[in-house]
Amino acid sequence: MSGFTEFGDENMPTELTSSRILAIVDEKGKSKEQLLSILLAIQKESGENYVHEKWAQIVANELDLSLSKVYDVLTFYSMFSTGPRGKYIIEVCKSTPCYVSKSDVIAQIFENELGVKMGETTKDNLFTLLYTACVGACDIGPVAKIGEDVYGDLSHQKIAEIIKTYRGGFECQK
Amino acid sequence: MSKIVQFVSQNCGKITPDSVEDYIENGGFEGLKKAFTLKPTEIIAEVKTAKLLGRGGAAYPAGAKWEQLLEIPEFPKYIVCNADEGEPGTFKDKLLLSQDPLRVIEGMTIAGYVFNSNDGYIYIRGEYAAVQKSFQKAIDHAVQQGYLGTHILGTDFSFRIHIKTGAGAYVCGENSALLNSIEGKAGRPRIKPPHLAEVGLFSKPTLVNNVESFAAIPIITQLGGEKYLSYGTSDSGGTKLICLSGHAAKRGVYEVPFGVTLRDIIYDPEIGGGIRDGKKLKFFHLGGQSGPCGIPEQLDTPYCYKKLRAAGLAVGSGAVVIMDESICVIDYLKSVTEFFIHESCGKCTPCREGNQQLYNILCKFADGHAVHEDFKIMKRLVDAMTNASFCGLGQSAAVALSTCLTYFKDEFEAHINKKCPAGYCFQERESGK
Repeated sequence: MSGFTEFGDENMPTELTSSRILAIVDEKGKSKEQLLSILLAIQKESGENYVHEKWAQIVANELDLSLSKVYDVLTFYSMFSTGPRGKYIIEVCKSTPCYVSKSDVIAQIFENELGVKMGETTKDNLFTLLYTACVGACDIGPVAKIGEDVYGDLSHQKIAEIIKTYRGGFECQK
Repeated sequence: MSKIVQFVSQNCGKITPDSVEDYIENGGFEGLKKAFTLKPTEIIAEVKTAKLLGRGGAAYPAGAKWEQLLEIPEFPKYIVCNADEGEPGTFKDKLLLSQDPLRVIEGMTIAGYVFNSNDGYIYIRGEYAAVQKSFQKAIDHAVQQGYLGTHILGTDFSFRIHIKTGAGAYVCGENSALLNSIEGKAGRPRIKPPHLAEVGLFSKPTLVNNVESFAAIPIITQLGGEKYLSYGTSDSGGTKLICLSGHAAKRGVYEVPFGVTLRDIIYDPEIGGGIRDGKKLKFFHLGGQSGPCGIPEQLDTPYCYKKLRAAGLAVGSGAVVIMDESICVIDYLKSVTEFFIHESCGKCTPCREGNQQLYNILCKFADGHAVHEDFKIMKRLVDAMTNASFCGLGQSAAVALSTCLTYFKDEFEAHINKKCPAGYCFQERESGK
């Protein structure tokens, strides 16, 4: 593989090893058209919801792409991040159907409950709070999406319960 | 008489979505079987008779699109289903994808047969990760039962469907941007011509249709174009899945025949059920963020492509967002424009800069700092965006603003005098908005 430099796994940013990245590339298919799904899978496995430059470089080498082409994709699509984020990404929908259902109030409740502002990550690295565009659940707005799950008809009480559940789940896993 | 119908959505909520047996028991794959007895030109003739207009939002006649692709002699051809349902207020494709995926698969397979194509792609937005999984199950089951894959139903025809994921980009709903995204690139739109029928996916001739369009194909093939057309009006064939949200009393997806009125859609007890909490309707926003807004005076307009267009309205994606009297038009438009600032791909200047400048002016109105000159500046910006933007996103981003400037000029004027008729702006708020 031209330009491929093997580096020790101890240098990897988190537990994702270079061999694991290669395995993901193989699972998804070693072709350029699989770039998005490869990067999404890496991001999901990272535990910190991001794609490190070193992982992007491995993918670039494997698919015979320049690193800048991979970054073109990583920075174009809103689901990707090139820097570490919380274990759970809480995305509050701010598109108009949710907005007229008072999603701004919902966003504020999340900020207060988590003690962070929009765009920030909690100190325990458990939650990152973001806005999102429409997630296609306007019949139950205002909504927030956490991972693949969408929570609707949000109220202060519901939000408190959701956060408690995710905090609890995290502790159980520990 | 009931205003709603169950035609394309007849199986939704009633069958096990990925069960081939359930699907067949409810008439599934009859369209495909019939298709195998017909010539491609005969199927296209039925689609044309049906007057099926593209259900993604652009309303391009499906029959004409199919005819153009059939005439192109180059192979392979690709069948692509646009399931990048990112239009705010639109969630009808999700209903079909998650509750009747085999109908979408059957529609794509019939298209594959018509164009002698062996590969179909369905591009499902990244936000619908759960739907991607359930759709894959439906594909697997269809392959196991011989309705998809090699030698379908014992014929020489083979067709595979590949799921491709999006990763959060509204602009990928634009067909050429979507193809770039399937190819693993950033989803920026392509310049046209060449049209996608000539130079599409992997530079090969390609058909791109919306989920709801493909879902109508088995019905049209099985029952014939005439029958499908008869559900709608003479120029808008069939039915439409509409999505009610905002301040509608009963939010959700409903299937209506073309020709019902907007009043039916918003107030019929079986559909919207009126305005939530007994409030008054102020305005509605049709067809998505890039669609026009309408006012109560237009409620008797029939919901069909021709009549809505004549009234300055549009079907678009089928989104119907309802706003009650508590909503300030300026504040609403700020939210719409913020969306376009976020979703503009940045490729062309009119869209990238135009939306930002419109937003700045809307903020001036909301803050009470606007002057009459701002109306002229807005008009100039809207003209530049509409005429000079690279793709449909920028060209239509200011449609809602333009319609509101027509219907709610008084409300804009009032803001110049630091008055908000809805009582929203110029208020002290804790959130510090």
